[in-house]
Amino acid sequence: MSAPVLSPQGQAPQLDTVRSWKTPIIYAIFAVVALAGFAFNAPGGTATFGISAGRDVIQLAPVVVPTVPVGWASALIVTAIAVFSFLQIKGGRKDPRWLPIIYAVVFVIGFLVWVVGSAERTDVSLVGLLAGSVTLAVPLIFGSLSGVLSERVGVINIAIEGQLLAGAFAAAVAASISGNVYAGMLAATVAGVLVSVVLAVFSIKYLVNQIIVGVVLNVLVSGLTGFLFSTVLSRDSQTWNSPPSLPVIQIPVLEHIPILGGILFRQTIVGYLMYAAVIIVYIGLFHTKWGLRVRSVGEHPKAADTLGIKVNFTRARNVMLGGAVAGLGGSFYTLVSVSQFTTDMTAGQGYIALAAMIFGRWNPVWAFFAALLFGFATNLRFVLSILGTPVPGEFLAMLPYVVTIVAVAGLVGRSRPPAANGTPYIKG
Amino acid sequence: MPARLTHSKNRLVGVLKLELEGITKRFGSLVANDHIDLVVEPGQIHSLLGENGAGKSTLMNVLYGLYHPTEGRILVDGKQVSFKGPGDAMAAGIGMVHQHFMLIPVFTVAENVALGNEATRAGGMLDLEKTRRRIREISDRYGFHVDPDALVEDLPVGVQQRVEIIKALVRDAEVLILDEPTAVLTPQETDELIDIMAQLKANGTSIVFISHKLREVKAVSDVITVIRRGKVVGTAEPSASTTELASLMVGRSVSLNLEKEEATPGEKTFQVRDLKVTAANGYRVVNGVSFDVARGEVLAVAGVQGNGQTELTEAVLGLQDHVSGSIKLEGKELVGRTVKQVLAAGVGFVPEDRTVDGLVGPFTIAENMVLDMYDRAPYATGLGMKPKVIADHAREKVNEFDVRTAGIDSAVGTLSGGNQQKVVLARELSRPLKLFIASQPTRGLDVGSIEFVHKRIITERDNGTPVIIVSTELDEVAELADRIAVMYQGKLMGIVPGGTSRDVLGLMMAGMSEEDAKAQPHSEHPMETGGPAHIEERDKAAREGHTEERGGDQ
Repeated sequence: MSAPVLSPQGQAPQLDTVRSWKTPIIYAIFAVVALAGFAFNAPGGTATFGISAGRDVIQLAPVVVPTVPVGWASALIVTAIAVFSFLQIKGGRKDPRWLPIIYAVVFVIGFLVWVVGSAERTDVSLVGLLAGSVTLAVPLIFGSLSGVLSERVGVINIAIEGQLLAGAFAAAVAASISGNVYAGMLAATVAGVLVSVVLAVFSIKYLVNQIIVGVVLNVLVSGLTGFLFSTVLSRDSQTWNSPPSLPVIQIPVLEHIPILGGILFRQTIVGYLMYAAVIIVYIGLFHTKWGLRVRSVGEHPKAADTLGIKVNFTRARNVMLGGAVAGLGGSFYTLVSVSQFTTDMTAGQGYIALAAMIFGRWNPVWAFFAALLFGFATNLRFVLSILGTPVPGEFLAMLPYVVTIVAVAGLVGRSRPPAANGTPYIKG
Repeated sequence: MPARLTHSKNRLVGVLKLELEGITKRFGSLVANDHIDLVVEPGQIHSLLGENGAGKSTLMNVLYGLYHPTEGRILVDGKQVSFKGPGDAMAAGIGMVHQHFMLIPVFTVAENVALGNEATRAGGMLDLEKTRRRIREISDRYGFHVDPDALVEDLPVGVQQRVEIIKALVRDAEVLILDEPTAVLTPQETDELIDIMAQLKANGTSIVFISHKLREVKAVSDVITVIRRGKVVGTAEPSASTTELASLMVGRSVSLNLEKEEATPGEKTFQVRDLKVTAANGYRVVNGVSFDVARGEVLAVAGVQGNGQTELTEAVLGLQDHVSGSIKLEGKELVGRTVKQVLAAGVGFVPEDRTVDGLVGPFTIAENMVLDMYDRAPYATGLGMKPKVIADHAREKVNEFDVRTAGIDSAVGTLSGGNQQKVVLARELSRPLKLFIASQPTRGLDVGSIEFVHKRIITERDNGTPVIIVSTELDEVAELADRIAVMYQGKLMGIVPGGTSRDVLGLMMAGMSEEDAKAQPHSEHPMETGGPAHIEERDKAAREGHTEERGGDQ
């Protein structure tokens, strides 16, 4: 089905609204949850949110919120949005683009107040919660950048999981043997590249289905690192599996900005590299010659070829670059969050990174925010289990995945992947 | 590209001479080009005429560096060159506008033009401003009216084609290859393209014009080279008559006009009222269309590709989701019916893309012949199919429709386009029909198959079936239609009698109402020139050798 052409006079074709009830239905479901939980089941009393960390120069007083009025307010607002969205669709109009963001923010506020208010300890450090989210999101962001780099040239990168895991393993081993964390980071990068070389060779040269190669790679890396872990690493973990940790670098002055400083500017070098990577990939893709060529290869490889651009070379190069980025991200697991490698320690985060890339519409900056959202959901689960909430642990464990599904399937709408994504290029 | 600069300094602009000597290109056992010689003189429009599959595009892809010739050599200004890729060909001053545009839809015009030839600032940062300036410059010189910042996917095809030409000109192309450039254009856009070609020629650019449309080739060429089955079979001057060119191209004498009786329309059994179709992306692709078709008449739906014709036919079949209005066949409402119910109501349908929608490629001919009836008598009982009945049916139809195949158990995907289309026709015409719809029935077929398909369509009409043809080829419309409905942006611009002139149809295809189109003063059409024949035939024996292969494919 081709879209109608525009007339030479440039008059636009008529747009009809194809009604989709998906969004209002999702709104309504969560509005019911909000009413039943946050409003009618409000815990009473207050919830306290700390907004300054111990190190901060400027100490702000914690925010104390009464649970009943805030619970009701948030529940009523989301209900109102659900009704509004329903009426919009019924009237053949489109929701404003910011509506899902407002909805999500209000819902999250309502949820936090309710859950903290009903916990055994009714105060929580908001800054700690958010800073933890950023920390947890770091490997996700590296992973989704790997996806962006690879899929923008048209190679589906399911192997992010394997690249992260290989990076984590290599970082642990190399840093343990050498006693040098930077050697660990380098080894992680190389390991990520090695995984992606297999992906590149099989999908670009031998035209094997890219999704299958990716899944097989994930299983392979998982099996290989698991085997080496049980046969070598766990026998003598002193030699093989006790990497030093990366130091946290506090940026002077900036770290003392109230609220944000503690969240953004107390990171390890891997964390700062993550910010740099997002910015570099974004500028690279959309403002340089390299990026124009990269995108052309992912959209219409034949056209790129007719202009003298080497399609398969560009693809292979980008897939490997993606592998390097994801491998480096993998080092985060063993050099920052946990100081040793364990079997399958990435626990499916590579797939979440893939979801962040899709939610972020193959754009590094949006993927960054999507990954932050998933990081937030993951961290919330940890923080809440410490607080001792009435919500069963199994439900909390589901939280990041529920957020992923709702975000990608429900709210993202139809996002358009690079046109040649997943299609091998055969000359002639 | 420093090499490029030194190269053009060694060359005088506008005098590039291009020679192909003994070019042979084989794909496995298939010989696509067989010792082809071709000389393109500077400042000349040289046409390559040949049927679909004759090897024209292959030859040009060799010239453009996309394929490497198996044998033979290419000379630029007398010096042998070897193109490792299109980059080398561009550096040598050769540009190409492909039949399927090589533009990236989500890029702007400037980005598309810059791609592969980018101006940059420090650090590889794109400098699109230079490219924009070049585009405006070229656009002004030739009157292209192209906005450098428009997204390509929002541009009409005619403008997209100009972007392709700009792409070549920005790279200082002195030989411009245009591969079937008129296939996607309205007649008016075609005339504009012909003007552009004349201007380019006046500025010293030589053009290789590839086409199978005799009228256009005659209108633009300085020299015509005819290719058949991968060989050069002759050269002709543009003054050669259409019939002579056609017989040289096909290899036997062809009657260009279909012999058919005057239509005797009966009762109007098929009625469409205020039909609206909305695509999944929200565009209203068919916007309030109403028409009738009578028994024993052919209604042709003409229009440029992508103006809602596809969706119109799909709506009748029940293949579209968001349809309003009414479609009545012999009083029975079809809107809201499933495809199966519509087929059962007696609708036969030849889809525009036979390989995707018309046939299941890996299935055998016999299986494809019963795709619509495999589950009922006499081809099935209960859950079981009856292979023998299906095979007998297939054999009978293969004979009746002259399908050239090794056997009914061959996979349909291995057949040539013409034979595939015959299988689709055989299947669709096997049932008693109350309505027959054929979308682009002869796209990509050779002349022999076109004749066959057209005859079958007229036979169906003469049997008293209402027939709807959707075609973007005005020649085909003129040949088959008893009435012509012209579609533009989802609307009917009017329904006119079969003999309406191309000028009027062309204006209607560009969005003018029937009355306005007829009121336009019509100049002598540049394509309607004739004259004495000057055909130099190189391969007369080969031509006569093929005469008995009527209906066979390349």
